[in-house]
Amino acid sequence: MDELKLYTYIAVFGTFALYFAIAWWARAGSTSDFYVAGGGVTPLQNGMAIGADWMSAASFISMAGLIAFLGYGGSVFLMGWTGGYVLLAMLLAPYMRKHGKFTVPEFIFDRYYSKTARIVAVACLIIASLTYIIGQMKGVGVAFSRFLEVDYGLGLGIGMAVVWVYAVMGGMKGITYTQIAQYVVMIFAYTIPAVFISLQLTGNPIPQLGLGSTLADGSGVYLLDKLDMVVTDLGFKEYTTSNLGGTLNMFAYTISLMIGTAGLPHVIMRFFTVPSVQAARSSAGYALVCIALLYTVAPAVGAMARLNLMNTIEPTAGEHLVYDERPQWFKDWEKTGLLKFEDKNGDGKIQYTADKATNEMVKVDRDIMVLANPAIANLPNWVIALVAAGGLAAALSTAAGLLLAISSSISHDLMKGVLTPDLSEKNELFAGRVVMTIAILVSGYLGLHPPGFAAGTVALAFGLAASSIFPALMMGIFSKKISGTAAIAGMCSGIGVTMLYVFQHKGIMFIPGTSFLGDMGPNWFFGISPNAFGAVGAIVNFAVAFAVLKVTGPAPAHIQEMVENMRIPGAVSAAHDH
Amino acid sequence: MENKEAYWQENLRLIFICLAIWFVVSFGLGLLLVEPLNEFRLGGYKLGFWFAQQGSIYSFLGLIFWYGAKMNKLDKKYHAEG
Repeated sequence: MDELKLYTYIAVFGTFALYFAIAWWARAGSTSDFYVAGGGVTPLQNGMAIGADWMSAASFISMAGLIAFLGYGGSVFLMGWTGGYVLLAMLLAPYMRKHGKFTVPEFIFDRYYSKTARIVAVACLIIASLTYIIGQMKGVGVAFSRFLEVDYGLGLGIGMAVVWVYAVMGGMKGITYTQIAQYVVMIFAYTIPAVFISLQLTGNPIPQLGLGSTLADGSGVYLLDKLDMVVTDLGFKEYTTSNLGGTLNMFAYTISLMIGTAGLPHVIMRFFTVPSVQAARSSAGYALVCIALLYTVAPAVGAMARLNLMNTIEPTAGEHLVYDERPQWFKDWEKTGLLKFEDKNGDGKIQYTADKATNEMVKVDRDIMVLANPAIANLPNWVIALVAAGGLAAALSTAAGLLLAISSSISHDLMKGVLTPDLSEKNELFAGRVVMTIAILVSGYLGLHPPGFAAGTVALAFGLAASSIFPALMMGIFSKKISGTAAIAGMCSGIGVTMLYVFQHKGIMFIPGTSFLGDMGPNWFFGISPNAFGAVGAIVNFAVAFAVLKVTGPAPAHIQEMVENMRIPGAVSAAHDH
Repeated sequence: MENKEAYWQENLRLIFICLAIWFVVSFGLGLLLVEPLNEFRLGGYKLGFWFAQQGSIYSFLGLIFWYGAKMNKLDKKYHAEG
């Protein structure tokens, strides 16, 4: 076994052992432990757990790669996925914590006094969470197959088994404490390579400052200016100004991601675990600190990876890398098919340009940038091993949070809340564990046989949360009058418009060939891409809800009184059952 | 707890101020005004680009903690902390 593989085994299985130990120590004994970790998590702990819960394989692996190729246009992800926490901290989390229930659909049920509303919320939650989880399972499979060279399916199986042990045994309590450990693993795995690379390129060890510094080669040129020059010389758009589909599209995209973030049930649930309203506000702040540590480093990782890639292929203008002399990482990624070279002019050298006719790097998958980055920069093997463990931590921690959101919405909202209200606590806990096991098997199966729509799923999850859950929650708190009928009409029309728009451009359930309007700019509504349409869906939701309210009249007096109580912190009990 | 309505009005005013700043630093400086701002520089960063990829995130952090601190004071003032 070579050195890199040995280090990777140590890093991956060492961290797994740690997660098991924590799960054993923090196993759940009651439904309160299982759903909300007994309500005794401190804000800093909760912040770290939210960080791990929130930052998925997409944040860890894909985002910096997206930024590397989109440049300024990638800002929508940076602003969108952080700005949502401002909305959570001010518009949702404190009031929902004050109300003090276990799940998001339960809150909707209380506020809108309607089992229909609860079932609609459960449906939105399951669609959004299940689509999200497929991506995590794929991330686990890819990480195993690339770094440990085990079969994709076996890797997926190992990942499922690990999540099963600590999520089913520990519930929210076990998940919270393993997520704290996973956050630490993840943040070190992300920042250590970034520090090394920033130091190499600019001499400044802090990546956020390195990105704004001059290059260490003595030329006195700023890194970003150099990058702009290199990419425009090859015919690509200028890095620091390249737009993503126009200003209106970027605007709508950012709004969609922000309110989608604030509406994702597995994140909102985490705010039910803290002891008070004040703690709910501050844990949103700690969560954003933990997230910002990664999100402010990501632009540096993206830009530096792009520059390193360009410099490897074309060390100085006009002098190209000879294909037979390509570095080892190039060969490794070629094997995966994510990197492809085609010698179009037969000179044995690699030409990488924006012109499709002469470009010889026919495939450079964005997702490889973070994983290949340490190798491109010639970093030591233990750093590469750490990145593998970090990617797995990111995928597993998010998967666990999503599984809990799914299982609690079924065992607590559907079974206990609607179908069998006389379920005892012990049986509900058992049902929660059974449902979670089934959810793991289903998501594992979907990870192994990804349905046709898997590629578009994360965008769909955000669109759904943005257009259905967020408006319903926000109106429920800020308008005393909004009624159950109005909220249900709003949720259904918001989600309906968004799904219709996504399907008409991307195909029904993303099946190719079933889209009845082509997926291209001129066919888009005001040039808004399907991924960005959640913002429009949310506006439709608000508009329909208030129109229906005008016609059907306000919520009853006792509900209005409940909303008044939600708005003042007062004495808060631990999240409880009714 | 006395005077729930006054407490809620003060909270709404704070939220309004925070969300106005939230909007300006991200959508305003990072998106709508990015081109004119890019004429200015912060080290190697063009200023508009910096707001979009760094500055907006730091501002969000400041906003959440500032709001939390102000609300804690408000809770004390109205004896609402429980």
